[in-house]
Amino acid sequence: MSLEEKNFIEVNPKRCKGCAACIVACPNGCIEIGSEINQMGYQFARFAVRKCIACGMCFYTCPEFGAITVYQKPRKGA
Amino acid sequence: MHTIKHQKARSLYPTFERKAPGADVSHYCPGCGHGTVHNLIAEAIDDLGIQDRTIFCSPVGCSVFGYYYFDTGNIQCAHGRAPAVASAIRRTHEEAIVISYQGDGDLAGIGMSQIVHAANRGENITVFFINNAIYGMTGGQMAPTTILGQKTVTTPDGRHAENEGFPIGMVEIINSLQAPVFIERVSLAGAKKVMKARMAIRKALRNQVEKKGFSFVEILSPCPVNWKMTAVEARRWLENNLEPVFPVGNLRDLPKGPFDKVDKKKDSRMSDRKILEILGVNEEEVHAGTVQLQEEQNVKIAGFGGQGVLSTGILLANCAIAEGLKTTWLPSYGAEMRGGTANASINISHETIGSPIVSYPNVLMVMNLPSLDAFEDKVRPGGAIYVNSSLATRKVRRADVTAYHIPASDMANDLGTIQSASVILLTVYALVSGAITIETLKKVIPLSIKRKNLVDLNMQAIEAGVTWHRDNCPKP
Repeated sequence: MSLEEKNFIEVNPKRCKGCAACIVACPNGCIEIGSEINQMGYQFARFAVRKCIACGMCFYTCPEFGAITVYQKPRKGA
Repeated sequence: MHTIKHQKARSLYPTFERKAPGADVSHYCPGCGHGTVHNLIAEAIDDLGIQDRTIFCSPVGCSVFGYYYFDTGNIQCAHGRAPAVASAIRRTHEEAIVISYQGDGDLAGIGMSQIVHAANRGENITVFFINNAIYGMTGGQMAPTTILGQKTVTTPDGRHAENEGFPIGMVEIINSLQAPVFIERVSLAGAKKVMKARMAIRKALRNQVEKKGFSFVEILSPCPVNWKMTAVEARRWLENNLEPVFPVGNLRDLPKGPFDKVDKKKDSRMSDRKILEILGVNEEEVHAGTVQLQEEQNVKIAGFGGQGVLSTGILLANCAIAEGLKTTWLPSYGAEMRGGTANASINISHETIGSPIVSYPNVLMVMNLPSLDAFEDKVRPGGAIYVNSSLATRKVRRADVTAYHIPASDMANDLGTIQSASVILLTVYALVSGAITIETLKKVIPLSIKRKNLVDLNMQAIEAGVTWHRDNCPKP
Protein backbone atom coordinates (compact mmCIF):
# COMPACT_ATOMS: atom_id res chain seq x y z
CA MET A 1 0.00 0.00 0.00
CA SER A 2 1.40 3.38 -0.84
CA LEU A 3 1.83 6.27 1.54
CA GLU A 4 -0.96 8.06 -0.29
CA GLU A 5 -3.51 5.75 1.28
CA LYS A 6 -2.35 5.95 4.88
CA ASN A 7 -2.39 8.40 7.74
CA PHE A 8 0.97 9.66 8.83
CA ILE A 9 2.73 12.15 11.03
CA GLU A 10 5.62 14.43 10.33
CA VAL A 11 8.18 15.14 13.03
CA ASN A 12 10.12 18.34 12.50
CA PRO A 13 13.66 17.25 13.40
CA LYS A 14 14.73 20.80 14.19
CA ARG A 15 12.03 21.22 16.80
CA CYS A 16 12.04 17.81 18.49
CA LYS A 17 13.91 17.52 21.79
CA GLY A 18 13.71 13.74 21.87
CA CYS A 19 11.74 13.46 25.12
CA ALA A 20 9.88 10.41 23.77
CA ALA A 21 6.53 11.40 25.28
CA CYS A 22 4.95 10.85 21.84
CA ILE A 23 6.34 7.34 21.64
CA VAL A 24 4.53 6.36 24.83
CA ALA A 25 1.42 8.25 23.74
CA CYS A 26 1.03 6.51 20.39
CA PRO A 27 -1.45 3.63 20.73
CA ASN A 28 0.02 1.78 17.75
CA GLY A 29 3.72 2.18 18.38
CA CYS A 30 4.31 4.19 15.22
CA ILE A 31 7.05 6.46 16.53
CA GLU A 32 10.62 5.78 17.55
CA ILE A 33 13.73 7.70 18.48
CA GLY A 34 16.17 7.74 15.61
CA SER A 35 19.92 7.62 15.77
CA GLU A 36 20.51 11.00 14.14
CA ILE A 37 21.24 14.03 16.30
CA ASN A 38 19.78 17.44 15.54
CA GLN A 39 21.36 20.88 15.93
CA MET A 40 20.27 21.14 19.57
CA GLY A 41 22.01 17.86 20.28
CA TYR A 42 18.92 15.71 20.67
CA GLN A 43 18.15 12.37 19.09
CA PHE A 44 14.84 13.24 17.59
CA ALA A 45 11.71 11.16 17.12
CA ARG A 46 10.66 9.85 13.73
CA PHE A 47 7.61 8.24 12.24
CA ALA A 48 8.56 4.61 11.72
CA VAL A 49 5.59 2.26 11.55
CA ARG A 50 2.70 2.98 9.20
CA LYS A 51 -0.14 2.09 11.53
CA CYS A 52 -1.15 5.67 12.22
CA ILE A 53 -4.84 6.29 12.88
CA ALA A 54 -4.44 10.06 13.02
CA CYS A 55 -5.77 10.11 16.57
CA GLY A 56 -3.53 13.03 17.54
CA MET A 57 -2.36 11.54 20.84
CA CYS A 58 1.28 12.22 19.94
CA PHE A 59 0.40 15.73 18.82
CA TYR A 60 -1.42 16.62 22.03
CA THR A 61 1.20 15.03 24.28
CA CYS A 62 4.17 16.68 22.56
CA PRO A 63 5.53 19.54 24.66
CA GLU A 64 7.07 21.37 21.72
CA PHE A 65 5.28 23.75 19.39
CA GLY A 66 4.64 22.37 15.96
CA ALA A 67 7.16 19.54 16.27
CA ILE A 68 4.48 17.09 15.15
CA THR A 69 1.94 17.51 12.36
CA VAL A 70 -0.69 14.84 11.80
CA TYR A 71 -1.94 14.06 8.29
CA GLN A 72 -5.12 12.19 7.60
CA LYS A 73 -5.48 9.96 4.57
CA PRO A 74 -7.94 10.98 1.87
CA ARG A 75 -11.51 9.99 2.67
CA LYS A 76 -13.06 7.42 0.37
CA GLY A 77 -14.81 9.09 -2.50
CA ALA A 78 -13.11 12.39 -1.79
CA MET B 1 -4.89 14.45 -0.98
CA HIS B 2 -4.00 14.13 2.66
CA THR B 3 -5.50 16.69 4.96
CA ILE B 4 -3.75 18.14 7.97
CA LYS B 5 -5.61 16.94 11.04
CA HIS B 6 -3.45 18.35 13.79
CA GLN B 7 -0.94 21.16 13.48
CA LYS B 8 0.56 23.99 15.46
CA ALA B 9 -2.07 26.45 16.63
CA ARG B 10 -2.41 29.84 14.97
CA SER B 11 -2.44 31.51 18.38
CA LEU B 12 1.23 30.65 18.80
CA TYR B 13 3.82 32.80 17.07
CA PRO B 14 5.57 31.29 14.05
CA THR B 15 8.96 31.90 15.67
CA PHE B 16 10.06 32.45 19.25
CA GLU B 17 12.61 35.20 19.57
CA ARG B 18 13.42 34.16 23.14
CA LYS B 19 16.03 31.66 21.95
CA ALA B 20 17.36 33.48 18.90
CA PRO B 21 16.00 35.44 15.95
CA GLY B 22 13.99 33.03 13.86
CA ALA B 23 14.14 30.20 16.41
CA ASP B 24 11.07 27.99 16.53
CA VAL B 25 11.74 25.87 19.60
CA SER B 26 10.57 26.70 23.11
CA HIS B 27 12.82 27.55 26.03
CA TYR B 28 11.31 24.65 27.97
CA CYS B 29 13.33 21.58 28.89
CA PRO B 30 12.67 18.35 26.96
CA GLY B 31 9.50 16.68 28.20
CA CYS B 32 8.27 19.68 30.19
CA GLY B 33 4.50 19.85 30.69
CA HIS B 34 4.28 23.59 29.99
CA GLY B 35 4.60 23.15 26.24
CA THR B 36 1.80 20.60 26.20
CA VAL B 37 -0.49 22.96 28.11
CA HIS B 38 0.50 25.91 25.91
CA ASN B 39 -0.47 23.86 22.87
CA LEU B 40 -3.82 22.92 24.38
CA ILE B 41 -4.63 26.50 25.38
CA ALA B 42 -3.57 27.85 21.99
CA GLU B 43 -5.76 25.31 20.20
CA ALA B 44 -8.73 26.26 22.39
CA ILE B 45 -8.14 29.96 21.65
CA ASP B 46 -8.09 29.14 17.93
CA ASP B 47 -11.23 27.05 18.07
CA LEU B 48 -13.18 29.55 20.15
CA GLY B 49 -12.14 32.34 17.79
CA ILE B 50 -10.94 34.56 20.62
CA GLN B 51 -7.33 35.21 19.67
CA ASP B 52 -7.90 38.91 19.02
CA ARG B 53 -9.44 39.56 22.41
CA THR B 54 -7.41 37.23 24.61
CA ILE B 55 -5.02 38.68 27.17
CA PHE B 56 -2.59 36.15 28.54
CA CYS B 57 -1.22 36.92 32.01
CA SER B 58 2.07 35.12 32.55
CA PRO B 59 3.47 34.44 36.01
CA VAL B 60 6.96 34.35 37.40
CA GLY B 61 8.46 30.91 36.97
CA CYS B 62 9.42 28.79 33.97
CA SER B 63 6.38 30.06 32.07
CA VAL B 64 7.41 33.69 32.63
CA PHE B 65 7.98 33.97 28.88
CA GLY B 66 4.39 33.27 27.88
CA TYR B 67 4.52 36.39 25.75
CA TYR B 68 7.17 34.85 23.50
CA TYR B 69 4.71 32.12 22.52
CA PHE B 70 1.14 33.37 22.61
CA ASP B 71 0.22 35.64 19.74
CA THR B 72 -2.41 37.35 21.89
CA GLY B 73 -2.38 40.27 24.26
CA ASN B 74 0.20 39.60 26.94
CA ILE B 75 1.08 40.90 30.37
CA GLN B 76 3.87 39.47 32.47
CA CYS B 77 2.70 39.89 36.04
CA ALA B 78 4.52 40.42 39.32
CA HIS B 79 5.12 37.18 41.17
CA GLY B 80 1.80 35.61 42.21
CA ARG B 81 -0.22 38.65 41.17
CA ALA B 82 -1.59 37.40 37.86
CA PRO B 83 -5.15 36.92 39.27
CA ALA B 84 -5.12 40.51 40.52
CA VAL B 85 -3.90 41.78 37.15
CA ALA B 86 -6.48 39.60 35.41
CA SER B 87 -9.22 41.01 37.68
CA ALA B 88 -8.22 44.54 36.74
CA ILE B 89 -8.35 43.70 33.05
CA ARG B 90 -11.71 42.02 33.58
CA ARG B 91 -13.15 45.13 35.24
CA THR B 92 -11.91 47.49 32.55
CA HIS B 93 -12.17 45.43 29.36
CA GLU B 94 -15.56 43.84 29.23
CA GLU B 95 -14.96 41.84 26.05
CA ALA B 96 -11.44 40.65 26.86
CA ILE B 97 -10.80 36.97 27.48
CA VAL B 98 -8.39 36.94 30.37
CA ILE B 99 -6.17 33.97 31.12
CA SER B 100 -4.10 33.73 34.27
CA TYR B 101 -1.42 31.08 33.78
CA GLN B 102 0.49 30.25 36.94
CA GLY B 103 2.78 27.66 38.44
CA ASP B 104 2.72 26.25 41.95
CA GLY B 105 5.31 28.57 43.43
CA ASP B 106 3.54 31.55 41.89
CA LEU B 107 -0.06 30.58 42.66
CA ALA B 108 0.12 28.42 45.80
CA GLY B 109 3.18 30.10 47.31
CA ILE B 110 3.67 33.84 46.99
CA GLY B 111 0.34 34.43 45.25
CA MET B 112 -1.92 32.44 47.56
CA SER B 113 -3.99 35.42 48.68
CA GLN B 114 -4.41 36.79 45.16
CA ILE B 115 -5.86 33.57 43.80
CA VAL B 116 -8.15 32.99 46.77
CA HIS B 117 -9.62 36.49 46.62
CA ALA B 118 -9.99 36.54 42.84
CA ALA B 119 -11.80 33.19 43.08
CA ASN B 120 -13.90 34.44 45.96
CA ARG B 121 -14.98 37.47 43.95
CA GLY B 122 -15.96 35.12 41.18
CA GLU B 123 -14.11 37.17 38.57
CA ASN B 124 -15.04 36.02 35.09
CA ILE B 125 -11.52 34.86 34.30
CA THR B 126 -9.84 31.52 33.58
CA VAL B 127 -6.96 30.33 35.72
CA PHE B 128 -4.63 27.56 34.60
CA PHE B 129 -2.57 26.28 37.50
CA ILE B 130 0.41 24.19 36.50
CA ASN B 131 1.34 22.00 39.44
CA ASN B 132 4.63 20.16 39.10
CA ALA B 133 5.25 19.96 42.86
CA ILE B 134 8.56 21.77 42.65
CA TYR B 135 10.14 25.17 41.93
CA GLY B 136 11.38 24.68 38.39
CA MET B 137 13.01 27.92 37.26
CA THR B 138 15.08 28.42 40.40
CA GLY B 139 16.44 24.91 40.33
CA GLY B 140 14.25 22.45 42.16
CA GLN B 141 13.41 23.83 45.60
CA MET B 142 10.42 22.63 47.62
CA ALA B 143 7.07 24.06 46.55
CA PRO B 144 3.87 24.31 48.61
CA THR B 145 2.66 21.35 46.57
CA THR B 146 5.75 19.17 47.02
CA ILE B 147 4.52 15.82 48.29
CA LEU B 148 5.62 14.20 51.53
CA GLY B 149 8.88 12.37 51.14
CA GLN B 150 9.69 14.12 47.84
CA LYS B 151 13.34 15.07 47.64
CA THR B 152 14.09 18.57 46.47
CA VAL B 153 17.10 20.85 46.77
CA THR B 154 15.69 22.30 49.99
CA THR B 155 14.31 19.01 51.32
CA PRO B 156 17.24 16.69 50.55
CA ASP B 157 15.87 14.16 53.02
CA GLY B 158 12.37 14.40 51.56
CA ARG B 159 9.54 16.68 52.69
CA HIS B 160 8.50 16.03 56.29
CA ALA B 161 5.09 17.24 57.41
CA GLU B 162 6.32 18.19 60.87
CA ASN B 163 8.96 20.49 59.39
CA GLU B 164 7.52 21.73 56.10
CA GLY B 165 3.80 21.07 56.46
CA PHE B 166 1.63 19.07 54.10
CA PRO B 167 1.24 19.55 50.35
CA ILE B 168 -1.49 22.06 49.59
CA GLY B 169 -4.40 20.97 47.42
CA MET B 170 -5.41 24.07 45.51
CA VAL B 171 -8.57 22.80 43.84
CA GLU B 172 -9.80 21.72 47.28
CA ILE B 173 -9.14 25.21 48.65
CA ILE B 174 -10.84 26.86 45.69
CA ASN B 175 -13.72 24.41 46.09
CA SER B 176 -14.36 25.74 49.60
CA LEU B 177 -15.42 29.06 48.04
CA GLN B 178 -18.90 29.80 46.77
CA ALA B 179 -18.18 31.90 43.73
CA PRO B 180 -16.25 29.71 41.23
CA VAL B 181 -18.29 27.97 38.53
CA PHE B 182 -15.79 25.42 37.29
CA ILE B 183 -13.08 23.59 39.23
CA GLU B 184 -11.19 20.62 37.87
CA ARG B 185 -7.87 18.89 38.38
CA VAL B 186 -6.35 17.11 35.42
CA SER B 187 -3.07 15.35 34.75
CA LEU B 188 -0.59 15.10 31.90
CA ALA B 189 0.50 11.59 32.91
CA GLY B 190 -0.62 9.93 29.70
CA ALA B 191 -2.22 10.58 26.33
CA LYS B 192 -5.76 9.89 27.50
CA LYS B 193 -5.28 12.15 30.49
CA VAL B 194 -3.91 14.85 28.23
CA MET B 195 -7.15 14.59 26.24
CA LYS B 196 -9.12 15.08 29.48
CA ALA B 197 -6.96 18.09 30.26
CA ARG B 198 -7.77 19.37 26.78
CA MET B 199 -11.50 19.14 27.48
CA ALA B 200 -11.15 20.90 30.84
CA ILE B 201 -9.10 23.70 29.32
CA ARG B 202 -11.66 24.23 26.56
CA LYS B 203 -14.54 24.20 29.02
CA ALA B 204 -12.79 26.67 31.33
CA LEU B 205 -12.28 29.08 28.45
CA ARG B 206 -15.75 28.60 27.01
CA ASN B 207 -17.20 29.45 30.44
CA GLN B 208 -15.50 32.81 30.26
CA VAL B 209 -16.74 33.47 26.74
CA GLU B 210 -20.23 32.72 28.03
CA LYS B 211 -19.56 35.06 30.97
CA LYS B 212 -20.28 32.36 33.52
CA GLY B 213 -17.61 33.31 36.01
CA PHE B 214 -14.45 32.00 37.60
CA SER B 215 -12.97 28.79 36.16
CA PHE B 216 -9.99 27.04 37.70
CA VAL B 217 -8.06 24.16 36.16
CA GLU B 218 -5.18 22.57 38.03
CA ILE B 219 -2.90 20.62 35.74
CA LEU B 220 -0.50 18.08 37.24
CA SER B 221 2.52 18.48 35.04
CA PRO B 222 5.88 16.71 34.75
CA CYS B 223 9.17 18.43 35.51
CA PRO B 224 11.65 15.78 34.35
CA VAL B 225 14.78 17.87 34.90
CA ASN B 226 14.12 18.87 38.51
CA TRP B 227 12.59 15.50 39.34
CA LYS B 228 15.83 14.07 37.91
CA MET B 229 14.15 11.59 35.57
CA THR B 230 13.56 11.09 31.88
CA ALA B 231 10.41 12.59 30.41
CA VAL B 232 8.82 9.15 30.21
CA GLU B 233 9.76 8.24 33.79
CA ALA B 234 8.44 11.60 34.95
CA ARG B 235 5.01 10.87 33.48
CA ARG B 236 4.96 7.54 35.25
CA TRP B 237 6.10 9.08 38.53
CA LEU B 238 3.39 11.72 38.18
CA GLU B 239 0.75 9.04 37.81
CA ASN B 240 2.02 6.87 40.66
CA ASN B 241 2.98 9.55 43.16
CA LEU B 242 1.30 12.90 42.48
CA GLU B 243 -2.13 11.67 41.44
CA PRO B 244 -2.78 9.77 44.71
CA VAL B 245 -2.03 12.98 46.66
CA PHE B 246 -3.81 15.25 44.21
CA PRO B 247 -6.76 13.23 42.90
CA VAL B 248 -7.81 14.22 39.41
CA GLY B 249 -11.42 14.90 38.57
CA ASN B 250 -14.03 17.59 38.34
CA LEU B 251 -15.08 19.18 41.59
CA ARG B 252 -17.53 21.69 40.22
CA ASP B 253 -19.23 22.43 36.92
CA LEU B 254 -22.19 24.72 37.37
CA PRO B 255 -24.52 25.50 34.47
CA LYS B 256 -24.36 29.17 35.36
CA GLY B 257 -22.52 31.53 37.65
CA PRO B 258 -23.57 32.14 41.26
CA PHE B 259 -24.41 35.75 40.58
CA ASP B 260 -27.98 35.70 39.32
CA LYS B 261 -27.86 39.40 39.57
CA VAL B 262 -24.81 39.83 37.37
CA ASP B 263 -26.71 41.94 34.88
CA LYS B 264 -28.36 44.01 37.55
CA LYS B 265 -24.99 44.47 39.18
CA LYS B 266 -23.75 45.83 35.90
CA ASP B 267 -26.69 48.19 35.64
CA SER B 268 -26.04 49.50 39.12
CA ARG B 269 -22.50 50.46 38.16
CA MET B 270 -22.04 54.15 38.80
CA SER B 271 -21.83 56.56 35.93
CA ASP B 272 -19.17 59.26 35.98
CA ARG B 273 -21.92 61.80 36.62
CA LYS B 274 -23.19 59.84 39.62
CA ILE B 275 -19.68 59.71 41.07
CA LEU B 276 -19.32 63.48 40.66
CA GLU B 277 -22.69 63.92 42.33
CA ILE B 278 -21.65 61.86 45.35
CA LEU B 279 -18.43 63.81 45.58
CA GLY B 280 -20.49 67.00 45.53
CA VAL B 281 -18.95 68.30 42.34
CA ASN B 282 -21.14 70.50 40.23
CA GLU B 283 -19.80 70.09 36.75
CA GLU B 284 -21.18 73.41 35.61
CA GLU B 285 -19.22 75.16 38.34
CA VAL B 286 -15.83 74.06 37.19
CA HIS B 287 -14.49 75.95 34.25
CA ALA B 288 -12.38 73.45 32.43
CA GLY B 289 -9.87 74.38 29.80
CA THR B 290 -9.06 78.00 30.67
CA VAL B 291 -5.59 77.36 32.02
CA GLN B 292 -2.61 77.17 29.70
CA LEU B 293 0.47 75.78 31.42
CA GLN B 294 3.87 77.26 30.49
CA GLU B 295 5.40 73.90 31.28
CA GLU B 296 4.46 70.67 33.04
CA GLN B 297 4.31 71.29 36.79
CA ASN B 298 6.28 68.78 38.88
CA VAL B 299 5.42 69.85 42.39
CA LYS B 300 6.85 68.64 45.68
CA ILE B 301 5.19 69.78 48.91
CA ALA B 302 7.11 68.84 52.05
CA GLY B 303 6.89 69.40 55.78
CA PHE B 304 5.93 67.81 59.09
CA GLY B 305 3.03 65.43 59.22
CA GLY B 306 0.00 67.40 60.37
CA GLN B 307 0.95 70.57 58.51
CA GLY B 308 -1.50 69.78 55.79
CA VAL B 309 1.20 68.73 53.34
CA LEU B 310 -0.68 65.74 51.93
CA SER B 311 -4.12 67.35 51.94
CA THR B 312 -2.76 70.50 50.28
CA GLY B 313 -1.38 68.19 47.62
CA ILE B 314 -4.81 66.64 47.13
CA LEU B 315 -6.32 70.10 47.01
CA LEU B 316 -3.87 71.13 44.28
CA ALA B 317 -4.53 67.94 42.32
CA ASN B 318 -8.30 68.41 42.62
CA CYS B 319 -7.96 71.99 41.41
CA ALA B 320 -5.96 70.74 38.43
CA ILE B 321 -8.73 68.25 37.64
CA ALA B 322 -11.28 71.04 37.92
CA GLU B 323 -9.20 73.03 35.43
CA GLY B 324 -9.46 70.12 33.03
CA LEU B 325 -5.79 69.20 33.37
CA LYS B 326 -4.18 65.82 33.91
CA THR B 327 -2.70 65.29 37.35
CA THR B 328 -1.27 62.76 39.78
CA TRP B 329 -0.84 62.84 43.55
CA LEU B 330 1.61 60.59 45.35
CA PRO B 331 2.05 60.81 49.12
CA SER B 332 5.11 59.79 51.07
CA TYR B 333 5.03 59.72 54.84
CA GLY B 334 6.29 57.95 57.93
CA ALA B 335 4.31 55.83 60.33
CA GLU B 336 3.52 58.81 62.56
CA MET B 337 0.24 60.61 61.88
CA ARG B 338 1.69 63.78 63.44
CA GLY B 339 5.23 65.06 63.69
CA GLY B 340 6.89 62.72 61.19
CA THR B 341 8.09 63.95 57.86
CA ALA B 342 5.74 63.95 54.93
CA ASN B 343 5.81 64.98 51.35
CA ALA B 344 3.50 64.85 48.40
CA SER B 345 4.39 64.72 44.71
CA ILE B 346 1.94 66.31 42.30
CA ASN B 347 2.27 66.40 38.55
CA ILE B 348 0.09 68.67 36.46
CA SER B 349 0.11 68.50 32.71
CA HIS B 350 -1.91 68.87 29.55
CA GLU B 351 -0.61 65.47 28.50
CA THR B 352 -1.10 62.03 29.99
CA ILE B 353 1.32 61.60 32.88
CA GLY B 354 3.55 58.55 32.75
CA SER B 355 4.84 58.39 36.30
CA PRO B 356 3.54 59.98 39.51
CA ILE B 357 7.04 60.22 40.95
CA VAL B 358 8.66 63.65 41.24
CA SER B 359 12.39 63.26 41.83
CA TYR B 360 13.43 66.68 40.51
CA PRO B 361 10.61 69.17 40.99
CA ASN B 362 10.31 72.49 39.24
CA VAL B 363 8.03 73.67 42.07
CA LEU B 364 8.93 73.08 45.69
CA MET B 365 6.78 74.13 48.64
CA VAL B 366 8.48 73.58 51.99
CA MET B 367 6.75 73.96 55.30
CA ASN B 368 9.81 73.60 57.56
CA LEU B 369 13.60 73.76 57.66
CA PRO B 370 14.38 70.01 57.36
CA SER B 371 12.30 69.90 54.19
CA LEU B 372 14.14 72.88 52.71
CA ASP B 373 17.44 71.18 53.54
CA ALA B 374 16.26 67.92 52.04
CA PHE B 375 14.80 69.15 48.75
CA GLU B 376 16.43 72.50 47.87
CA ASP B 377 19.18 70.85 45.83
CA LYS B 378 16.69 68.69 43.93
CA VAL B 379 14.84 71.61 42.34
CA ARG B 380 15.52 72.00 38.65
CA PRO B 381 17.30 75.22 37.57
CA GLY B 382 14.75 77.89 36.77
CA GLY B 383 12.25 76.36 39.18
CA ALA B 384 10.52 78.02 42.10
CA ILE B 385 10.72 77.42 45.85
CA TYR B 386 7.95 78.57 48.17
CA VAL B 387 9.21 78.65 51.74
CA ASN B 388 7.21 78.84 54.95
CA SER B 389 9.67 81.34 56.43
CA SER B 390 7.99 81.19 59.85
CA LEU B 391 9.56 77.76 60.40
CA ALA B 392 12.28 77.54 57.76
CA THR B 393 14.50 80.13 59.27
CA ARG B 394 17.14 80.34 56.57
CA LYS B 395 16.86 81.74 53.08
CA VAL B 396 17.03 79.66 49.92
CA ARG B 397 20.72 79.44 49.00
CA ARG B 398 20.39 78.69 45.32
CA ALA B 399 20.62 81.53 42.85
CA ASP B 400 19.26 79.64 39.84
CA VAL B 401 15.73 79.34 41.24
CA THR B 402 13.11 81.89 42.23
CA ALA B 403 12.46 81.88 45.97
CA TYR B 404 9.40 83.16 47.82
CA HIS B 405 9.79 83.47 51.58
CA ILE B 406 6.29 83.65 53.03
CA PRO B 407 5.70 83.77 56.81
CA ALA B 408 2.77 81.45 56.30
CA SER B 409 2.52 79.87 59.76
CA ASP B 410 2.50 83.33 61.40
CA MET B 411 -0.12 84.58 58.93
CA ALA B 412 -2.27 81.47 59.49
CA ASN B 413 -1.90 81.75 63.25
CA ASP B 414 -3.17 85.33 63.06
CA LEU B 415 -6.22 84.05 61.19
CA GLY B 416 -6.90 81.47 63.92
CA THR B 417 -5.72 78.18 62.45
CA ILE B 418 -2.06 77.43 61.94
CA GLN B 419 -2.99 74.47 59.74
CA SER B 420 -4.02 76.71 56.87
CA ALA B 421 -0.40 77.83 56.37
CA SER B 422 0.03 75.40 53.50
CA VAL B 423 -3.01 76.86 51.76
CA ILE B 424 -1.35 80.30 51.88
CA LEU B 425 1.69 78.83 50.13
CA LEU B 426 -0.56 77.14 47.61
CA THR B 427 -2.36 80.44 46.94
CA VAL B 428 0.89 82.26 46.22
CA TYR B 429 1.98 79.40 43.96
CA ALA B 430 -1.35 79.58 42.11
CA LEU B 431 -0.94 83.30 41.49
CA VAL B 432 2.72 83.12 40.47
CA SER B 433 2.43 80.07 38.22
CA GLY B 434 -1.08 80.47 36.89
CA ALA B 435 -1.36 76.68 36.94
CA ILE B 436 -4.67 76.94 38.77
CA THR B 437 -6.90 79.95 39.29
CA ILE B 438 -7.94 81.40 42.65
CA GLU B 439 -11.54 81.06 41.52
CA THR B 440 -11.10 77.30 41.12
CA LEU B 441 -9.27 77.03 44.42
CA LYS B 442 -12.17 78.68 46.20
CA LYS B 443 -14.65 76.35 44.54
CA VAL B 444 -12.70 73.19 45.27
CA ILE B 445 -11.88 73.94 48.92
CA PRO B 446 -15.43 73.32 50.22
CA LEU B 447 -15.35 69.90 48.50
CA SER B 448 -12.12 68.93 50.25
CA ILE B 449 -12.95 70.25 53.72
CA LYS B 450 -16.05 69.06 55.48
CA ARG B 451 -16.20 71.40 58.48
CA LYS B 452 -17.87 74.69 57.62
CA ASN B 453 -15.81 76.90 59.98
CA LEU B 454 -12.60 75.48 58.52
CA VAL B 455 -13.81 76.29 55.03
CA ASP B 456 -14.20 79.90 56.08
CA LEU B 457 -10.77 79.98 57.69
CA ASN B 458 -9.23 78.53 54.56
CA MET B 459 -11.03 81.10 52.45
CA GLN B 460 -9.45 83.75 54.67
CA ALA B 461 -6.09 82.02 54.20
CA ILE B 462 -6.53 82.31 50.45
CA GLU B 463 -7.26 86.04 50.83
CA ALA B 464 -4.17 86.41 53.02
CA GLY B 465 -2.13 84.69 50.34
CA VAL B 466 -3.56 86.95 47.65
CA THR B 467 -2.71 90.02 49.75
CA TRP B 468 0.84 88.79 50.40
CA HIS B 469 1.32 88.18 46.70
CA ARG B 470 0.02 91.66 45.82
CA ASP B 471 2.37 93.31 48.33
CA ASN B 472 5.47 91.21 47.74
CA CYS B 473 5.51 90.05 44.15
CA PRO B 474 6.20 92.84 41.70
CA LYS B 475 4.09 92.75 38.57
CA PRO B 476 6.16 91.68 35.61
